[in-house]
Amino acid sequence: MTRLLIPRMTEICGPDGVVADPVQLRTYECDGLTSHRCSPGLVVLPQTAGQVAAIVRECARAGVPFVARGSGTGLSGGALPRADGVLIVTSRMRSIIMIDAASRRAIVEPGVTNLAVSKAAEPFGLFYAPDPSSQVICSVGGNVAENSGGAHCLKHGFTVHHVTGLEIVTPQGELTWLGDGTGAAPGYDLVGAFTGSEGTLGIVTKIVVKLTRLPESVTTLLAAFRAMGAGGSAVSAIIGAGILPGAIEMMDALAIEAAEAAVACRYPEGAGAVLIVELDGPESDVAAETAAVRAICEQAGAYEIRAAAGAAERAAIWAGRRSAFAAVGRISPAYIVQDGVVPRTALPQVLDRIAEMSAAAGIRVANVFHAGDGNLHPLVLFDDSIPEACAAAEVLSGAILDACIEHGGSITGEHGVGVDKARYLPKMFGADDLDTMQLLRCAFDPAGLCNPGKIFPTPRLCGEVPGVRTSPHPLVAAGQLDQF
Amino acid sequence: MLTADSVPDALGAACGQVRPAGRGDAVAGVQPSFVAAPASVDEASAVMRAAAGLGLAVVPRGGGTRLGWGCPPGRCDLIVETRLMNAVIEHAAGDLVARIQAGVPVQHLSAVLGEAGQRLALDPPALRHGGTVGGLLATGVAGPLRLRYGTPRDLLIGITVVRADGVVTRSGGKVVKNVAGYDLGKLYAGSYGTLGLIAEAAFRLHPLPAAAAFVTLECAGPAAARSLLAAAVDSPLAPVAAELDRPGRDAPVRIGILLEGDRDGVAERAERMRRVLGAGAVVSPAPPPWWGQGAAACAEGTVIRIAFWAGELVPVLAATDAAAAAAGLDPAVSGSGAAGVIYVAVDAGAEPAAVARFVAALRSGISGSLASGNPASGSPASGSPASGNPASGNPASGNPASGDGASGAAGGGHHVRASAVVLHAPAEIRPAVDMWGPVPSPSLMRSVKDQFDPEHRMASGRFAGGI
Repeated sequence: MTRLLIPRMTEICGPDGVVADPVQLRTYECDGLTSHRCSPGLVVLPQTAGQVAAIVRECARAGVPFVARGSGTGLSGGALPRADGVLIVTSRMRSIIMIDAASRRAIVEPGVTNLAVSKAAEPFGLFYAPDPSSQVICSVGGNVAENSGGAHCLKHGFTVHHVTGLEIVTPQGELTWLGDGTGAAPGYDLVGAFTGSEGTLGIVTKIVVKLTRLPESVTTLLAAFRAMGAGGSAVSAIIGAGILPGAIEMMDALAIEAAEAAVACRYPEGAGAVLIVELDGPESDVAAETAAVRAICEQAGAYEIRAAAGAAERAAIWAGRRSAFAAVGRISPAYIVQDGVVPRTALPQVLDRIAEMSAAAGIRVANVFHAGDGNLHPLVLFDDSIPEACAAAEVLSGAILDACIEHGGSITGEHGVGVDKARYLPKMFGADDLDTMQLLRCAFDPAGLCNPGKIFPTPRLCGEVPGVRTSPHPLVAAGQLDQF
Repeated sequence: MLTADSVPDALGAACGQVRPAGRGDAVAGVQPSFVAAPASVDEASAVMRAAAGLGLAVVPRGGGTRLGWGCPPGRCDLIVETRLMNAVIEHAAGDLVARIQAGVPVQHLSAVLGEAGQRLALDPPALRHGGTVGGLLATGVAGPLRLRYGTPRDLLIGITVVRADGVVTRSGGKVVKNVAGYDLGKLYAGSYGTLGLIAEAAFRLHPLPAAAAFVTLECAGPAAARSLLAAAVDSPLAPVAAELDRPGRDAPVRIGILLEGDRDGVAERAERMRRVLGAGAVVSPAPPPWWGQGAAACAEGTVIRIAFWAGELVPVLAATDAAAAAAGLDPAVSGSGAAGVIYVAVDAGAEPAAVARFVAALRSGISGSLASGNPASGSPASGSPASGNPASGNPASGNPASGDGASGAAGGGHHVRASAVVLHAPAEIRPAVDMWGPVPSPSLMRSVKDQFDPEHRMASGRFAGGI
């Protein structure tokens, strides 16, 4: 079916904007979640919003599903292609259309990388606050789809707090604006509802983002503790003191070991846990808060505290943290990156529980996490050359999510549901909750062609009445619609 | 007048507190038949189910302080009020999170959180006592703190809503960081009750600052006010609010900058901010009397909320003045000049035709790209420092387009991307004006409404785009 679209897609995107060769298509078979792979039916690389609209109209007319992809760094398989569908790659749409420093807004295309926005804003003393670890390559369009966070969202918020307008192509192929860039447009907040919808409500073609003033002063502290519990109590005490750092990150001994092996970050010897606390703001406030955080860490049992003097030392402290995910590859042939959230005060119990489960299963778990907002990234290590090891790791990884839910948390803090966690979503939400979310889907995409199969486990078709699915939907029976 | 006997059995059975409506229950002049006050989410669900069965049109009501906002409902048979759903379900102080029922008065919540040294960082002006958390969410209102903390949607982390058909549904949760499933809270916040009855909500909280300082100054005119507000937010002093107030067209513009934090830090920053604003600036621990009046500036009159790109304050004020002069009005202007939201208040005594002319002229004065559905139009990449070579801009002088006024937004376009919404107006003025004006993507908004409330029984006709 997708082959039939080649001539028309070539008209729209030009010959170099269409990939149909099976070998080349394999380049796009997965995103950052490499455990799920599927070669797309066809890949198109549009350069303009008009081209995206034309592509989507063709897909809609042919009843072919389509999936948008930015830089392909997502960690939940949100951009996993479909063999029977078209993959729309926005990497050629990478112009920063304008920066309005006086209004603190930028308008960018979806393929622009996250860090490029901050770089372009820097001459004006501004930056784009959301900072996912992949910010060097991940795209703003992908950030919108996933409502991406980052280490500094503790203070500055997530993508959804920094997007004030979106030009989108609807799943019917219409180009329209959600919001007007002010952040206070009349009517429903469709910008907010669209952000984090994982590409299931349309394809974003322009993004109005807020820019934030660069802080006058930044201090980065590295505190080493003998054990995780001491580090955890320092985190609680910092928050309890009314201090809101830009970031509070924590790593356990295994994650530190991996980071040392990978980037020789030279964290203090013998650390059972390190805490990275970054304070930003006016100079006098940062100085006072730095002193307070130091005292709190010492009281909690920190045996060494370093403060970065200057950008180079700050980068050195962050190098270990930023490398942690990839670094785990040095100490384990394979691993699963988990992304659960618990209320911050439940961190000690949940970390203990993870340690117990890890010991019981005989599977190592490295912990790297955004401690300030309770966002855990346990890395479940396994040897993929041993049959059953992967399955056992998956079981443990799932059990960690169960522990997060038990403590009132979430199955994902920033990586998204995608294909990876659709089966866990019913553990957080009841059928009525999921049906209600489906109403939004149906308002945007009644035909169910826009990134189908993501987020929701087997949703009902739009217009179907709950609980009376006695025969196949007529469109499914007629082969006109795929029930996913 | 209806009697208690006229309450349909199904409704009476659903909820212990149902009564015939009185004159005081009218919503913008539309008289309902019944008022139900469920005491729990289950009871609220039963009431909504009964209403669905009876085909009753429903308007949710919190404290009723903003019930006159928006358009009058097309139909209103039943008021569902949340006053008995007034429990602070959970205040997890260590997590800086609170879960509360919709009927909790905002002032009560503030008192509860304040005991733990925390707050919900929203400071909309209180029109009268008794405004509820549910009403705050449904109307999406915010005050001066919007510069730093945004609006209710930015602090909402989870929500429970009873749908038009009585189904209880949740999204989000009680953790600050959470991207599981669609974030329907964004949709419900500011939806004026048109998608369902907000029953419970969870919010992210912030620590109460130990100290606050207001730095105020009277400016010569809009251009001076704009450049001083810009200097304040461009300073490294992290203001949490930057407000302006001008009581009349020929009156001076007063500005005020709010700094919060620990005592020593605030004192030092306030002194630095005083120097940023220059001669005549005054530091005070208390707000000036005009502070944060915004939407409450003229309770009996007409209040219009203008949202715009903050850099365009001067042309927005000029458009306001021109429209007012042409209509023979002299409205007061106040609000979050640096955050791009200001409120225009017209006295209750103004002629309906004059107010209608003013609103229409104001919209055409500030319109441009919004009308064509494209905020980016009128902003060619050329001339923008970001096009091609970001470094070619001149940071010292800011964006080439940041000059006050004439050139408008970056790129030299002259369009203002803005909206003007009439929040509330006297009964005789409402029919004369288009309360909401144009909205972006109205057809998608109508699709959303059709999905959530296919029979259009929820606060029907009160919202933007005729929803």
